[in-house]
Amino acid sequence: MTASTDDAFVVFDRVQKSYDGETLVVKDLNLSIGKGEFLTMLGPSGSGKTTCLMMLAGFETATHGDILLDGQPINNIPPHKRGIGMVFQNYALFPHMTVAENLAFPLEVRNIGKSEREAKVRRALDMVQMGDFGGRRPAQLSGGQQQRIALARALVFEPELVLMDEPLGALDKQLREHMQFEITRLAHNLGITTVYVTHDQTEALTMSDRVAVFDDGRIQQLAPPDELYEQPKNSFVAQFIGENNTLMGTVKEINDGVALVELDDGELIDAKPVNVAEPGERTLVSIRPERVEISKDRLSPDAHLIHAEVLEFIYMGDIYRTRLRVAGNEDFVIKTRNAPDQPRLKPGEKLEIGWLPEDCRALDA
Amino acid sequence: MDLPPYATLGQKIWHYGFLVICGLIFFFLIAPIMVIIPLSFNAEDFFTFTPEMLAFDPEGYSLKHYRDFFTNPDWQQALWNSVKIAPAATFLSVTLGTLAAIGLSQDHVPFRRAIMAILISPMIVPLIISAAGMYFFYSRIGLQGTYLGVVLAHAALGIPFVIITVTATLVGFDRSLTRASASLGADPVTTFFKVQMPLILPGVISGGLFAFITSFDEVVVVLFVGSANQQTLPWQMFTGLREQISPTILAVATILVVISIALLTTVEILRRRSEKIRGMSPG
Repeated sequence: MTASTDDAFVVFDRVQKSYDGETLVVKDLNLSIGKGEFLTMLGPSGSGKTTCLMMLAGFETATHGDILLDGQPINNIPPHKRGIGMVFQNYALFPHMTVAENLAFPLEVRNIGKSEREAKVRRALDMVQMGDFGGRRPAQLSGGQQQRIALARALVFEPELVLMDEPLGALDKQLREHMQFEITRLAHNLGITTVYVTHDQTEALTMSDRVAVFDDGRIQQLAPPDELYEQPKNSFVAQFIGENNTLMGTVKEINDGVALVELDDGELIDAKPVNVAEPGERTLVSIRPERVEISKDRLSPDAHLIHAEVLEFIYMGDIYRTRLRVAGNEDFVIKTRNAPDQPRLKPGEKLEIGWLPEDCRALDA
Repeated sequence: MDLPPYATLGQKIWHYGFLVICGLIFFFLIAPIMVIIPLSFNAEDFFTFTPEMLAFDPEGYSLKHYRDFFTNPDWQQALWNSVKIAPAATFLSVTLGTLAAIGLSQDHVPFRRAIMAILISPMIVPLIISAAGMYFFYSRIGLQGTYLGVVLAHAALGIPFVIITVTATLVGFDRSLTRASASLGADPVTTFFKVQMPLILPGVISGGLFAFITSFDEVVVVLFVGSANQQTLPWQMFTGLREQISPTILAVATILVVISIALLTTVEILRRRSEKIRGMSPG
């Protein structure tokens, strides 16, 4: 999936951006996006992801570095000549035009004839299942409908690249999930390259071919969703994506790709060293709640076990969520499937927990 | 405006007192204008109500002052001058004021507040001072006493209104609409005429109406900057008051009041229309 620079459709080459000439909002961004790829820029607000999107769209200029589209540098091309479709957070539909006029707008400015224009508008409306709404004004539509129109308008002139800036932020949960599916389906069917910006990690995981996690103006990790979730490369990514338990400790030894970590209260655990190298280094050990084992027969006989005390048991329907005290951490959460063989733990209960070393990652502290 | 059943005595007194105050304010504002209207139908050449008028005797009323206005060449010339000057000044005010408002709404423009203050200043500086200043300045560059001079002077007076109304409309203008337009392939000029202009049009038009009324009613600046060839309606009224006290002035005043009311009604209708568009728009 990872595109090399040669066949990449969009390339950020050592791009930097500063608004005030002093602090860099985007620091040395290098990113290649393949043709037809759905790439999500994910990160907290202020991480530089929207700035990157705006530079690609042409609404911001890069302070340093080049942005290439289909091999051509586009730094000096104004936004209206880039031919990039864009869906805005607030939809940005023209309120004084009907839905059909909104969709015809990009075709009109391209001097496309009336009959062809009408055919394209109709096809685009059908594509988002809004065929009967051409005569309405945007204000007469619901949020979800406006979202579809904004999507249709960004696609109607058949751009090869579409940018989306948190397009689902204003929708309610159910509609959002539905639209996530619609957008990915459309993007894949039409074969367009999509760059999607969001701060919602679920959205990023469910929709993308690859996700670029932004923090502090840099890409912290660029990986497909499963790799991102299961193999976070540093403690920021581990804590930003999904729910995560963390324990602080010191690396005792590293043997055959397994690190022995002494936690701060003296307990020993096994972990996979990710970005720690030397014994004696401080480390933040990260483990997902659903990968914690409470029955010993699923673990290898020589696995290190650790003592835990149940503080709270929450019944959530499909899963049980249990909060434990582990090595002094009172927010250690485990999730177990609601199944006949799974025990319902009671507060005060003492137990031993463990995990496979590869599920437990020793990261930078 | 009904009082709730639990209103106390104090609240009741305040409620009715408030209505009385409002009534007085309206009376104070409107009475001087309303007096003019019946007087303009006076059959005599006086500024007072004659006994016949007070008795509602048809003999006491006549249209002779209106007839005078429409036949007297002095008044006709003045009307013609006003009609020539006001639209030209309005056109200049609207064009320049709209451009200024759009420019000043951009974040990257330096010294925006200072520039805005300078452009608005004709509204704040006492008119007589602007007029005197313009007189000396226009005399130097040969604009004093010319049609163009009066038009430019009136445009300068009208621009603040346009800037203020257009700026107010732009506050509610969603900047992402222009970005959306650019992303769809429209160049900045197309974006301006197809997207931005239709949405700020109500502000532009109300600013233009204010500018028009300003020019149409203006007397001080035109006295300084104009010459006999640019004698406008207000100027003619002013000299009429000084030289021959004729109720024709009252007829003209009534006509001007009617024009003003018509224009302000238009403003109000436009404002409601824009509110409708904006109130229903997303966000």
